[in-house]
Amino acid sequence: MSTRLQSGGRLIDRTKQIEFNWNGKRLNGFQGDTLASALLANDQMLMGRSFKYHRPRGVVAAGPEEPNALMGTGEDGRFEPNQRATTTEIYQGLKSHSQNHWPSLEFDVGAINTKLSRFFPAGFYYKTFMAPSFAWKHVFEPIIRKSAGLGKAPTHKDEDSYEYFYAHVDVVVAGGGIAGLQAALTAGQAGATVLLMEQAVDYGGRAITDGVTIGGKPAAAWIKSTLAALKKLPNVQMRTRMMAAGVYDHGYLLGYERLTDHMGPSDGPRQRLWRIRAKRIVTATGAIERPLSFAGNDIPGVMLAGAVRDYIADYGVSVGDRTVVVTNNDDGYRTAIALHEAGLNVPCIIDPRGDLDGELPAKAIALGIRVENKSAIGKVKGGKRVEAVTLCAQAGEGATLEEIKCDAVAMSGGWSPVVHLWSHCGGKLNWDADTAMFRPDPARPPLGADGTGFVIATGTANGHLDAAAALKDGHAAGMTAAKEVGYKPARAAAPLAASEREAAMMPVWSMPQGASYELKSKTFLDYQNDVKVSDVRLAAQEGYESVEHTKRYTTLGMATDQGKLSNINGLAVLADSLNADIPNVGTTTFRPPYHPISLGSIAGDAHNELFKPIRKTPMHQWIDENGGDWEPVADWRRPYCYKQGSESVEDAVTREILNTRENCGLLDASTLGKIIVKGPDAGKFLDMMYTNMMSTLKVGHCRYGLMCSENGFLSDDGVVARLDENTFLCHTTSGGSDRIHAHMEEWLQTEWWDWKVYTANTTEQYAQIAVVGPNARKVLEKLGGMDVSAEALPFMTFKDGELGGIKARPYRISFSGELSYEIAVPASQGQAFWDMCMEAGKEFGIQPYGTECLHVMRAEKGFIMIGDETDGTVIPQDLGLNWAISKKKEDFLGKRGQQRSHMTDPNRWKLVGLKTVDPAKVIPDGAYAVDGTMRENGMHNMIGRVTSTYFSPTLNHSIAMGLVLNGPDRMGEVIDFPTIGGESIKAEICDPVFLDKEGARQNV
Amino acid sequence: MLLLNCPCCGIDADETELEAGGEAHITRHGAGASDDDFETYMFMRKNPKGVHFERWRHAYGCGKWFHAARCTMTLEVFGTYSAQTLEPPKALINKIKKKRPDWEGFVK
Repeated sequence: MSTRLQSGGRLIDRTKQIEFNWNGKRLNGFQGDTLASALLANDQMLMGRSFKYHRPRGVVAAGPEEPNALMGTGEDGRFEPNQRATTTEIYQGLKSHSQNHWPSLEFDVGAINTKLSRFFPAGFYYKTFMAPSFAWKHVFEPIIRKSAGLGKAPTHKDEDSYEYFYAHVDVVVAGGGIAGLQAALTAGQAGATVLLMEQAVDYGGRAITDGVTIGGKPAAAWIKSTLAALKKLPNVQMRTRMMAAGVYDHGYLLGYERLTDHMGPSDGPRQRLWRIRAKRIVTATGAIERPLSFAGNDIPGVMLAGAVRDYIADYGVSVGDRTVVVTNNDDGYRTAIALHEAGLNVPCIIDPRGDLDGELPAKAIALGIRVENKSAIGKVKGGKRVEAVTLCAQAGEGATLEEIKCDAVAMSGGWSPVVHLWSHCGGKLNWDADTAMFRPDPARPPLGADGTGFVIATGTANGHLDAAAALKDGHAAGMTAAKEVGYKPARAAAPLAASEREAAMMPVWSMPQGASYELKSKTFLDYQNDVKVSDVRLAAQEGYESVEHTKRYTTLGMATDQGKLSNINGLAVLADSLNADIPNVGTTTFRPPYHPISLGSIAGDAHNELFKPIRKTPMHQWIDENGGDWEPVADWRRPYCYKQGSESVEDAVTREILNTRENCGLLDASTLGKIIVKGPDAGKFLDMMYTNMMSTLKVGHCRYGLMCSENGFLSDDGVVARLDENTFLCHTTSGGSDRIHAHMEEWLQTEWWDWKVYTANTTEQYAQIAVVGPNARKVLEKLGGMDVSAEALPFMTFKDGELGGIKARPYRISFSGELSYEIAVPASQGQAFWDMCMEAGKEFGIQPYGTECLHVMRAEKGFIMIGDETDGTVIPQDLGLNWAISKKKEDFLGKRGQQRSHMTDPNRWKLVGLKTVDPAKVIPDGAYAVDGTMRENGMHNMIGRVTSTYFSPTLNHSIAMGLVLNGPDRMGEVIDFPTIGGESIKAEICDPVFLDKEGARQNV
Repeated sequence: MLLLNCPCCGIDADETELEAGGEAHITRHGAGASDDDFETYMFMRKNPKGVHFERWRHAYGCGKWFHAARCTMTLEVFGTYSAQTLEPPKALINKIKKKRPDWEGFVK
């Protein structure tokens, strides 16, 4: 059984008991415990079920590499799935539970999958779901959806807050082990600004647990004095519980700081995402131990040897009373010795190597521990807990020599440097055959903006498993980093570390060497995704030679741990199956983040109203208080209509249209883009920007203009007013102001930079209010201040003046076909002017109207709307707008594009009006017209589509516009628009101008 | 995430402040151009593995366009310069040649 030892545990405070809840049970631990160590102290080795076969699984590791012990923690708004028990610190009242089982962890129905495992080989999904096609939807998908996934997604809104930090430093040191501390100290003492981050709660890495001495003293003393020296340096920042999550181009690095996770619900942000620019990144991220591949290596109680040692040293927890150690390297002996020194029983150390001449094996033998060389574990016996192992020869096929009773197995297959941060941005690796590891190739680092390497791997992460070499390397990395960012570090020798001399390890990828298929099919590589040695072999047999393909086919390394434990072992098995060398098979790509980070931290403050701030016109609040029914228009909000009392939206729109046509309407048009184009070459420039001739526009006059992309496609439209000889004001669509301003600037800055033109986007400087309808003039005359008569201010002109005491510029332009003034006033006067209009208009029946009324009225007049009649593939000629395309101009943007054969094809669909045969039937938006003929593939031939469609209360008739094949030549013809319900709506092709073609209503 | 120095305002700008504008030094062929010239102008891009001259806009900064010479493989930035030019500055070309002896040179 696993239990708390009488003494020991450097990270826990035995005076502070913590009560927490796990799977509904109340359990106790100590301050400083992780969920994993506390559960082990309560003899809870079984911590989860595997993803595919639902096999019982225990904790394997003691750090972020843990694949099995994933928990749901917290409740409701603080619930979070898939938290590693090994990195989750317990706090008073923590609620947690295990995952991926039903009905309970102890008894899980899904475990039947393990009995069926021979029917779920590698590539099972690919093979099974090929056919028949109906089976996916009706059989497989429902089952998979029910059983897939690890934790459950949260159902409540996250109650915590998160924040970003931005930092610019010379040197980031990722990892606070002895190499990282030394690197930070060396670089810091040289004067560089340093940010040191350590993912764990404390500094020092493995040095303390592994009994390293530095300068003749225990590592702990050196770590303490080094931390004190670092704290004295004002240019050094240090953070624990902060992980370097990812390295990106040009020295960009994400740091993930967990501020309150260890305290439970607290005030202030829970996590902080640091967005860092570093000139140099020193990655001192240590190494991760590899499992060994023997049958039953996933049974709860089989753990990494280093983790077994950590639980003893860090948490005072024994994982078992009788622990067999199996190792292919000397480091594993440290665990045996630690167990022995803790008073626990080690029945045997099983080592596949022949000569055991290192200091550690000698010490173990001297302590009286039985050591078996050239040996292997045949298989582990047990179900929910290890019961025994069988001893066999490593060279053989696994014949049992002896059965050894035990309740835990500590395994060590050697160590893999954590090269993730080195590799994220393209750093390359070399295979070191002697130590069986990929280590950073210093000649091929990830390159920064200046073409030099910006990541420096150091210590164990650089392949130095020996403490003395690691510390020396850390010092060298600090020197290099400081020098490369422009400092001159003093010449000083690295402190001298010492640990036991270790003999060479022996790469062992299969245990025993000739393990049978039966054994291999119980030998797990990837615990979380249940990938076995037999699966990788099968993939190789089926022709998957690329490691990237094998990964996807078998799902090896694709779980939430991203193969931290399994990748090298899987790679070795693949290489062996292909009879190739490991470096020739290569590694899969390391992608950030190193370890999962929360979505909350990525979002930071960008949620709710800050997610995408909205733009508000000066009248926004009034509209909100007066029945405005909001709709988003680009980043703006505009009222779709103004609802009165219990009126429906449809009724409101109808009322607004009829009132505007009969009396007077008031529209907030402030969202329209207003770009000033000024300079001696402004006219010449606008002649290029617009399809029309703008340079001939008279001062005081307005002209409707079209803008096209260089491809010829219609991009925006609006009215241009000439304010003076050198100044134009260009109106754009509401959604287009920023885009069109940028478009103008692009051409001015990158093509015609010698033209004397200046642009300014003044959209928000003005409130623009349209007074529309037969009574519009009366309203303005009542306000008084300037002559707005037909003679003084004819159609398509504007004037600067004053209305009701407010500086105003009325434009006589109309998007409704009515007598209409669009009046620009300073934004700060917008609401005042609006109020005046409402007051003055009372006797003339004035009512505000929204965007839908605007849309219907413009459609009644056959005016196009960018985004309705256009979709990025439509040219002005398609819309019958040839009158707005200058034939005199030598050139304009889009002219050449519109001359291409496809654009001049007479079969392009053209704009027409569509009048439904049944006046009450409105054609659905986006409906297509068909002519009854079929294509080879059994689909209808389409001959047109609807672009705008409404019921017109003015005409008491359904109206639409659409693009139709040869449309303008087919006036009077009736075409069919099939609808989704199966009904076909018939519509007659007609002129798109449904109302007042002569313009009698507006030209008054 | 790239870091480019905006030659207009002098700031080292994060990629999130910038908008990419594709290949630089494209010659505009407008009205009257042959089909081939127009096609080249509109659609043909070099897309090299290596030295590339490209357009960027400091969209969330000073708003100005500038040009950058960058290696598309290693992301090394050789330099940034004004967009108001028909070809890269000589000094920059020499600098790139020095760093990349095999480079074919600037071809318009």
